[in-house]
Amino acid sequence: MGMKGSEIEALLREAFPDAEIEIRDLAGDDNHWAATVKSAAFQGKSRVQQHQMVYAALKGNMGGVLHALQLTTLAKD
Amino acid sequence: MSDVQARIAEDVKNNPVLLYMKGTPVFPQCGFSSVAVQILTHLGVTFEARDVLADPEVRQGIKDFSNWPTIPQLYVKGEFVGGCDILKEMYQSGELETFFKEKGIALRS
Repeated sequence: MGMKGSEIEALLREAFPDAEIEIRDLAGDDNHWAATVKSAAFQGKSRVQQHQMVYAALKGNMGGVLHALQLTTLAKD
Repeated sequence: MSDVQARIAEDVKNNPVLLYMKGTPVFPQCGFSSVAVQILTHLGVTFEARDVLADPEVRQGIKDFSNWPTIPQLYVKGEFVGGCDILKEMYQSGELETFFKEKGIALRS
């Protein structure tokens, strides 16, 4: 189980073309990731909505194949 | 609405601070759930907890309920507040404490 950082980034890039994306492998096991996504798409959205948008971008992998993604979202001006 | 959705809606309505987690507050079964418990405990919030590992229906049901794919999930006065990352972020900025106060939830400190 797990997902490559490049796969995560590709899915995020597809959904948030303007985003600054930073992905870190927390445990070196392809299973515990941290991601920071900064996109204009998050403007005016609550944190819950922002994270829901990221989870939607990950197309059902979150909570399944992808066990742990520590997520930070930021709205870009 | 299915049975489990109705059950969750009722539970969320009846408990002002409700945490869906893996394991129990005394014995969390996952690091993320453990962090959520620590934050609530540190703020001195009295909360109810539901162990999703003890109920497969609720384990899936709560994810559908909030359109949120992961556990833990915190509900305050019927409102979904967030998972572990959001709680941590709100706690560190002091926003969580303000939020509880605004919601009329007592903090022991």
